[in-house]
Amino acid sequence: MTAVTEARPARLKEASTGRLKVVVLLTALAVALVVMAVVAAALGQVNIPPTQVVGSVLHKIGLDVGPLPDAAQGDNALWIVRFPRVVLAIVTGASLGCAGAVMQGVFGNPLAEPGVIGVSWGAAVGAAAVIVFGLTFLGNWTIVLAAFVAGLLTTLLVYTVSRSGGRTDVVNLLLTGIAVNAVATAALGLLMFAAGNDGLRAITSWQLGSLAGATWPAVAAVTPCAVAGIVLACACARRLDVLALGERAARQLGVDVEKLRVVCVLVIALLTSSAVAFSGIIAFVGLVIPHLIRMAVGPGHRVLIPASALGGALILVTADLIARTSIPYQELPLGVLTSIVGGPFFFWLLRRTRRRSGGWG
Amino acid sequence: MIALRRRVRLPEPAASGDTALRATGLTVRRGGRDVLTGVDLDVRHGEILALVGPNGAGKSTLLAAFCGDVAPAEGTVHMSGAPLDAWTPRELAMRRSMLPQQHTLSFAFDAIEVVRMGRVPWAATELEDDDEQAVAQAMRETDTTAFAHRPFTALSGGEQARVALARVLAQRAATTLLDEPTAALDIKHQELVFAVAKAQAARGHAVVVVVHDLGLAAAYADRVAVLAAGGMAACGPAEEVLTASLLSEVYQYEIEVIPHPRTGRPLVLPQR
Repeated sequence: MTAVTEARPARLKEASTGRLKVVVLLTALAVALVVMAVVAAALGQVNIPPTQVVGSVLHKIGLDVGPLPDAAQGDNALWIVRFPRVVLAIVTGASLGCAGAVMQGVFGNPLAEPGVIGVSWGAAVGAAAVIVFGLTFLGNWTIVLAAFVAGLLTTLLVYTVSRSGGRTDVVNLLLTGIAVNAVATAALGLLMFAAGNDGLRAITSWQLGSLAGATWPAVAAVTPCAVAGIVLACACARRLDVLALGERAARQLGVDVEKLRVVCVLVIALLTSSAVAFSGIIAFVGLVIPHLIRMAVGPGHRVLIPASALGGALILVTADLIARTSIPYQELPLGVLTSIVGGPFFFWLLRRTRRRSGGWG
Repeated sequence: MIALRRRVRLPEPAASGDTALRATGLTVRRGGRDVLTGVDLDVRHGEILALVGPNGAGKSTLLAAFCGDVAPAEGTVHMSGAPLDAWTPRELAMRRSMLPQQHTLSFAFDAIEVVRMGRVPWAATELEDDDEQAVAQAMRETDTTAFAHRPFTALSGGEQARVALARVLAQRAATTLLDEPTAALDIKHQELVFAVAKAQAARGHAVVVVVHDLGLAAAYADRVAVLAAGGMAACGPAEEVLTASLLSEVYQYEIEVIPHPRTGRPLVLPQR
């Protein structure tokens, strides 16, 4: 009996510090995201003080509090140019972070990411085809739908090809990614060859990744996909934890692995298409963010998935701010910026994975 | 979605001596070859049943068939009176737990989080309230509390094996299937595993354990089933089944069996 009473306070303490860490992390990410969103809306070719940004939002929702922008066309600059861009950055970043976390969970492999294994490129081919052939049968939704269908097919392809004996090893996954990327890049090249000048510019900006095309209709088209994807992902979180034990053990614990797999592939396609449809290929966010979150609070998906969505949104709002303000009157391609940071990180992760498993298995 | 909404059938309490699992005429085919042929075997609540036999005799296959991992080519497996495929995966998980031979984990969960995974079948049922108590008890019984907050992937093979066993115990299923639970363990922890199995049986649980060490089987099992070349060579109390002539024939190696000077349980030794 004494052993039990002695052990309990220590365990409870450790459990509560763990929970505290989670609360602190989620709160910090949410607060940082809101602050960063206001800052991103404030800065640009015309600087509008953050108080006026907040004031403008409050007035719009019917609260006559705070100052309105006093710069010429300030209100228009905010509502027509900056807000849709910031919101699209949030939606795209959240989708990418969440897609990475889910993909790593269902592949059982910390190196899986939509950009790395070719799913983003597959989705981009679908979207590019719509632009080049001028298809608009569903309005703005056409691009999203095409990206979704192509993304779904690519995810299924990668998933079935890279697995053997119920698991996905690193070599198989990365080699499949190389093959898929090669085919998708060739398809994009063909589309560029067939495209006119406008199409060419659109496709090029996608390969580099950019939020310059942000408009409210674009935001309205991708947001439902992203929200549906994130909600579904959160609903799968506990089962993804159990899947870490391997498919067989998960099944023995009562998890319907086949159903889980189908739902996760759907979630990945939803999130990737919502991220790619208007912003193009922004690689490595889905790799870096979940990894950092795991280092901070452990691999449990019930925290990992929402935290990765928040973290992805925060990073992308920040990265986009840097991309459009670091060089006056010029814009750095966003995808290039994330790859400059994410590429070396991926390299480090690869080496570490190799060292840990003692080879490429 | 429809499957989600169907009411989950919670297990009924079982009495010692009731049949937990029943295989009848069980034949399993793998790669066109019969790995098991016409096996009949009952597993009862309140007993430890050891499955022994030479490599390739079909022990693990029989365990996998009991678990529902492999579908029989002929014959049936019944659990709590109904064929396995009449239960949903979750209902099966409420009734039987399985300790696999290999312990893999894709992400660095802490040991205690791995043990908590054993509680997944009970989520959103009234038994969910027992979660923390079940986890704490399982970790105490397997001597794993000391490294509850260390990452599973950083533990030694023996520690991982015990954490995996704790996960199986935390599941609190009335039937426990153990596939070579002592393979990676030193003598102290081998004995610990079988003491845990014995305690489970004393609570009225059914325990099926695949084991290579005939000494452990003889010392702890209430019944021993000897498999050879996919068939049942003998099944019964250790003293009756573990005889020099039967074992020598099954293992194709001269084996001596002598009674333990103190307990009288059979001691199994190869001729050296």
